[in-house]
Formats: sequence, C-alpha cells, structure tokens
Amino acid sequence: MPVRYLDHSKSLATAKWSLKTRRQQWFSWLAWLIGVCLFILCWKLISDNTMWVFVEDAPKQGIDLISRMIPPQWDYTPNLWQPLWDTINIATFGTVLGILMAFPCAFLAARNTTPHPLIRSAALMLIVSSRSINSLIWAMLLVTILGPGLLAGILAIALRSIGFVGKLLYEAIEEIHPTPVEAITATGASRLQVMSYAVLPQVMPAFAGISIYRWDINIRESTVLGLVGAGGIGLQLNGAINTLAWDKVSVIFILIFATVLVSEWISAKVRKAFL
Amino acid sequence: MKTDDRIHLARQGQWKPLPLIRDRRYRYALLLASVAYFCVAFLSIDVNWSRVAEGMSRAARFLSAFLQPDFTSRSQDIISGLLESLTMTFTSTVIGILLAIPVGVGAARNLAPLPIYLFCRSIIAISRTFQEVIIAILFVVMFGFGPLAGMMTLAFATVGFMAKLLAEDIEDIDERQVEAIRSTGARWLQLINYAVQPQVMPRLIGLAVYRLDINFRESAVIGIVGAGGIGATLNTSLSRYEYDTAAAILLIIIAIVMFTEYCSGYIRRWVQ
Repeated sequence: MPVRYLDHSKSLATAKWSLKTRRQQWFSWLAWLIGVCLFILCWKLISDNTMWVFVEDAPKQGIDLISRMIPPQWDYTPNLWQPLWDTINIATFGTVLGILMAFPCAFLAARNTTPHPLIRSAALMLIVSSRSINSLIWAMLLVTILGPGLLAGILAIALRSIGFVGKLLYEAIEEIHPTPVEAITATGASRLQVMSYAVLPQVMPAFAGISIYRWDINIRESTVLGLVGAGGIGLQLNGAINTLAWDKVSVIFILIFATVLVSEWISAKVRKAFL
Repeated sequence: MKTDDRIHLARQGQWKPLPLIRDRRYRYALLLASVAYFCVAFLSIDVNWSRVAEGMSRAARFLSAFLQPDFTSRSQDIISGLLESLTMTFTSTVIGILLAIPVGVGAARNLAPLPIYLFCRSIIAISRTFQEVIIAILFVVMFGFGPLAGMMTLAFATVGFMAKLLAEDIEDIDERQVEAIRSTGARWLQLINYAVQPQVMPRLIGLAVYRLDINFRESAVIGIVGAGGIGATLNTSLSRYEYDTAAAILLIIIAIVMFTEYCSGYIRRWVQ
C-alpha cells in the first residue's frame, strides 16, 4: 500500500501519516452518515408498525412458550415417521429433478460452451429467476395450481434448485482447463465428443459435490414446505402450531434437528468419497 | 483399478475416464443403495393425478398472467409490503452484522480461548440449523405480528451466517502481520484493529452485501407466517386467486433481486 500523507509538507519528518487521503476520509464519513440516517429512517418505519405492548411482554411469552414445549410429547413420534419419509422424498426427488433441468441450463449459460450469446443470456435469466424466488413461494404457487401434496413440494424444490446448481455448475464450467479441450478438438472430435471427453470429466467432481450440497440444503427447506400445504413434516408442524400444541411442536423440532444433522453427516461423507 | 493397469490398458488403445468415486466397493454400495432407495421412495409417493390435470388450466392462467401482470389494482398493498420488506432487510442486516462481528471474532480459534470459542460456535450452530420460517413463527408468537418479528428473525439468521464465514476468514489470515503487530507490544484490541481487521475487511463488506441480498429474498418469505413484508401481500393475492397481482409481485421481487445482485457484484469488485 502506498504511504499517504495528510498534509503536503515537504520533509518526511514533519509529515503526518494517515491510512486514507483527505478525500477518502470525507467519502467514508459521508457513507457512514447516509447509512446511519437510512437505518434510523427504517427503524422508525418498523417501530411505527409495531405494537409495543406485545413486545413488552415478549420475555414472558418466550418463557411461557418454552415451558409449554417441555416436556416434549414423545408418544406423538410414531405419527411423524410417514411425514418425515415424505419430507426426505420431497428433498431427494426435487434435487434430482432440479439437477436434470439445471445440467443443460448450465452448459448453455457457460461462456465457453454456449452455442450463442443470446441463448446464454436466456439461460442466465432462467437461473436468476429460479434463485430469486424462495422454495416456499414456489410451493405456494404450485399448491394453488396443482393442489396440496407431495408433487407440489417436489416441483417447488426442483424449480428452486435449478438456479443454485445451475449457477455453481456454469461457474465451474467456465473455470475448466482449456488444454484438454484443445487436445480433444485437435483430434477432430465433434462438439458433443469435446463435451463428453474434455469438459465433462473436468466438471464432474464439482457437479457431484454441488448436487450433494444442494440435497443437504433441500432437506432443510423441505421441512417447512408443509406450512403452505406442500406435504411433509411441515404439514404436521402447521397443524401442531395452529392447535397450540407446543409439546408436539418441540417433538417435531427435535426430529427436524436430528434429520438435518444426519443429512449433513451423509453429505459430508459422500463428498469426501468423491475424487 | 490401479494406475498401472490403467496405463497398460491405455497402451493397448483402451482408455476409460476416471471414475467419480475411487474406491470400487464404496462406489457399488452407494449405487445399489441409491437405486434401492429410489425404487422404494418412488412407490411411496402418491399423486392425485386428476387434481393435477384440473390444475393445468390454472397453470395456463397463471402463465398468461405473467404476460400481463397487474401492478395497479393492488398497488397500495404492494408498495407498503415492499417498503416493509426493504426496511426489514436493511435494519436486520445492520443489526445482524453488528452482532455477528463479536461472535465471529470469538469463534475464530486463533484469537479466542477455548471456552469462548465453544460458546460462539454453539450460537452459530443454533442460528444456522433452523429455517428462517420456523424462527419467524416463534418470534411472531413472542413479539406479535408485524415487521419487528421479521426483522428479529432475519437478524438472528444473519448472525449465524456472517459469524461463521467471518470466523473462517479470520482463521485464514496471514499470521505474519499479527506477529508484526504483536511484537510492537500492542494490546489485544490494537491487534484486532491493525492486524486482523484490515485483512478481513474487504471480504466482510462483500459478505455483508451478499447477506443483504439473501435477507431481501427471505423477507419475501417470512411474511407468509405473519412477520410482515411483501410475502403477506403475495400470500393474500394467491389465496384470492388474483394471479395477475401475484405475477406482478413476483416480477418485482425478481427485478429487485437482479438489481441487488448486480450491485453487490459491482460493490464487491470495487472493494477487493
């Protein structure tokens, strides 16, 4: 980093050293001022829309909530195995479907494999829109269209996964080593052969890692899809919350927690097994 | 397959790409297990196909609504929901980061003693395990409906996310600069200020912008369970089957996310 001086004194002995020039100091001061003003403005908007009476007894409510959750109603657990199985299936099939759709998308979106810049921007558009809408919103849409059930959940997870897998995969494709591609091209290979012998082997480990990682995330996400009617354990959660059965809610929470831990463990194990 | 065998085969003109999983037994076991799982799971899914067929006309209506979204008839609701989402996003990111910095410093093994390290790591684990929506449900029960619960939720989630990445970043810093500052006899706070902070600051700003982006997306969701924001508006419009309004809201969300993504990419390039 170049040494900067606050004042323009001629000799080094009298010059004052500072990290930033005067202009940078002004700029950062202004940025802080704008940030703080914005924060105060936003805070005011939020506090205007808040019933402070409710907030005042929040600690009491919190303690009350926890006391209702303990002890968990363990004999409720057998009713949860089926929804939990459904949740895992939603996550897995959703991931698989999402990957199947994301795979071609990523090749169309990567700068070095796309057939045309126009197709590239269309694929990028698809990836961004899939990523900007949360799976819960996808589920909400699909439940109104397809009716409640597992299918809506699977499709919601799939549609959401396209963006994630697609983005990471096309970045991996853009980062591949060009020499194998040149070598295969030099043998007179067709476009498809270049893909399968030069590009695919290079991105395959990244692709497998990304897929497993997304599956892990999807397990988490599919636990709440039931809140909007898309099947799985969230449906049970919704029912328990609506009937204020907090001792059942705590059982569901513990089960979700355990499932997430196990899926994380599996995903870490499988990723380690890859090349 | 051993490397020698592979080279031998290649000399004979037979070449096979490397398998994804090196250990053969592990590879086949995994393959078998996944095939078995998929068979069982596929049979256990029952889909009401007649209901799905019924929904196709609605899907068509929804798609056509995307071509002519209705921004005007519920513009009041959309604007207030959007404003609420944006304020929630901003305040929660600021509060979340302010809280995440001490937690992140505490969760870095090279700066913190073991008890503090474990404490901060457990905060991170708790905040990261549960979905934002689940936390939002609990906070809505505690703080009542409205954006405050949403803001608390997002701030809570931000703490886990930022603190984890910050801690990993601090653990990766260049130790030589820390040594240099320490050898001048600096106190702990000076050490953080002059040796650690300059090294992690660019990445911290980048992550903060990225988290702002995530928080906006999440703020659209937690409204579904009553924590304020555009999600509530979207939920209402969908349950009234007002597809054109829902399409308008979704388009706005996509536009804002694309805008923030572009800005965050720009800011991160500018900072680093």
